Amino acid sequence: MARYLIKRIFGLIVVLFLVSILAFLLMHSVPGGPFDEEKSPLPPTAKANILAKYGLDKPLYEQYFLYMGNALRGDFGISFQSPTESVVDLIARTWPVSIQLGLMAIVFAFVIGLTAGIISAIKQNTWIDYVVTFISTLGITVPSFVIAIWLLLVFSIQLGWVPTGGWPSTGGEWNSAILPVITLGLGPSAIVARYTRSSMVEVIRSEYIRTARAKGLSGKVVIMRHALKNALIPLITILAPQIPNLITGTIFVEVIFRVPGLGKFFVSSIYLRDYPMIMATMLLVAFLWSITYLLSDILYTVVDPRIRLS
Amino acid sequence: MSTVVETPPKISAKPAEAPPSNLWRDAARRFSKNKLAVGALAVLVFLILAAIFADVISPAPYDYSNLIEANEFPNSPNHLLGTDSVGRDFLSRLIYGARVSLTVGFSVQFIALLIGLPLGIVAGMFGGWVDFMIMRGVEVLTAIPIWLFALFLISVWRASDSAPGGGLVNVIVAIGLVSWVDICRLTRAQLLTLREKEFVLAAHAIGAKPLHIALRHLLPNALAPLIIAVTLGIPTAIFTEAGLSFLGFGINDPLPSWGKMVADSSSYIRVYWHLGLFPTLLIAVTMLTFSFVGDGLRDALDPQLKT
Repeated sequence: MARYLIKRIFGLIVVLFLVSILAFLLMHSVPGGPFDEEKSPLPPTAKANILAKYGLDKPLYEQYFLYMGNALRGDFGISFQSPTESVVDLIARTWPVSIQLGLMAIVFAFVIGLTAGIISAIKQNTWIDYVVTFISTLGITVPSFVIAIWLLLVFSIQLGWVPTGGWPSTGGEWNSAILPVITLGLGPSAIVARYTRSSMVEVIRSEYIRTARAKGLSGKVVIMRHALKNALIPLITILAPQIPNLITGTIFVEVIFRVPGLGKFFVSSIYLRDYPMIMATMLLVAFLWSITYLLSDILYTVVDPRIRLS
Repeated sequence: MSTVVETPPKISAKPAEAPPSNLWRDAARRFSKNKLAVGALAVLVFLILAAIFADVISPAPYDYSNLIEANEFPNSPNHLLGTDSVGRDFLSRLIYGARVSLTVGFSVQFIALLIGLPLGIVAGMFGGWVDFMIMRGVEVLTAIPIWLFALFLISVWRASDSAPGGGLVNVIVAIGLVSWVDICRLTRAQLLTLREKEFVLAAHAIGAKPLHIALRHLLPNALAPLIIAVTLGIPTAIFTEAGLSFLGFGINDPLPSWGKMVADSSSYIRVYWHLGLFPTLLIAVTMLTFSFVGDGLRDALDPQLKT
């Protein structure tokens, strides 16, 4: 196990290293930079000073090592689009909003997905089951920005129940969180529902459930205490990769509902070619994804000791 | 085992069915029994025909704008589905949008096959350091969500002014360059399992070269899962294009893209609801049909792999 872990962590470092080189090279292959003439007409000496200040006058490999050296010490440079703030400050300001949104979506996905999955497993092949299956198929296949527009059309514009945008923690109304959370959580909740249903169906047929019933336990106890526990195992590997997705990959939802989070900021970084910000976001996302894969593999062995890592 | 050595490559890897009928005939029979998949296939054929014959069936050119007729609601005298904010016939734009979406979907999967298949074969057949290098590349691309990477690529190209074809080529290449990972990994995994089978051993024994074995014996057996992966990859590509265009990094005006139409609608959505509703409906229908057809193919081609 320890050897396996070391190997995986080493692999993770290699991947992050490669991601950083790839992103760095691609960004610098772009002719022109953030201090080009058309954006900020400066005298040549002033421009040279600015380039020197950000280290943009040095050879590429030197820039890369300079950048990575600083990055390892937690300094990702200064954001070009908001030069008074460091990248770390900017991320610290915008990411919590995305995390709040993501965590609420995860809770939503779990509660709704589990409930729906359990109900449709118990009521197999009834109309409830079909409705759940239909909605979860929609949730899995239909892109989130499409669902966002539908929800917006119905609940904000036709019914006027909730505002069309904003976010509670940044001065919006409290109910402005409802639509973004539902939009973001619907896909994962559909995945949870689908897997809960199929693994519950399988578990309900197994012999130890029959034993539990034969002992005279009530239906509810059998379902909640015996069946659910084992049905949850496959969910971990299904749900874990969703987490980095939910707390970083919220661009569409944030853009549509005007939530001032990391995703919305990433889009503006790309528009404005804010190298340090793009680089830091890419590394952050790559790190979160790799670490989640690793954690979900480890968690898997904890929940089901029969599975061994090798 | 004795039957396998000389049979044509079209035999199933897992011959669970009665032997006389071949894999494809069996698959077609199973597929035709799946009502949902057949219905979805019909819708899909309709969409493809609409995309091919867009010039013939659409009532107006997609870029003809008539400002006097701007922002008309559906069922207006001249425009069945109304017009957009610069007075272009919305139905025509939706039909041409199908052409853009499907072009992206199929071309991206073509590029993905072009890159993923050879890399997967090389990794699976030869192993060693080649395999190691390819798999690290795969891991790098899995560490970043594909649309994020495509977004990044496009922003880089945009800045270097290499954007021909209204952004369409850029979008296709960018999504293609990040979509080969699944196909590569699938091909490699298939080859690794098939490599241990007896008929490959037999081929080795009669002195076949590795490349010959890979192309002649292994690949045909890996065809079914690859077809499924490609079919299910198409909606992902279409979704990624729609998303990129939605964010303003995809197809450029005046070429219509459903994703861009959704984005354009969001400023007018309070009043002109049809601008948001129709493209989103089409995206949803396209995604659903492809995934139903893909699921149907999976059940038909690989009956043991039922989920």
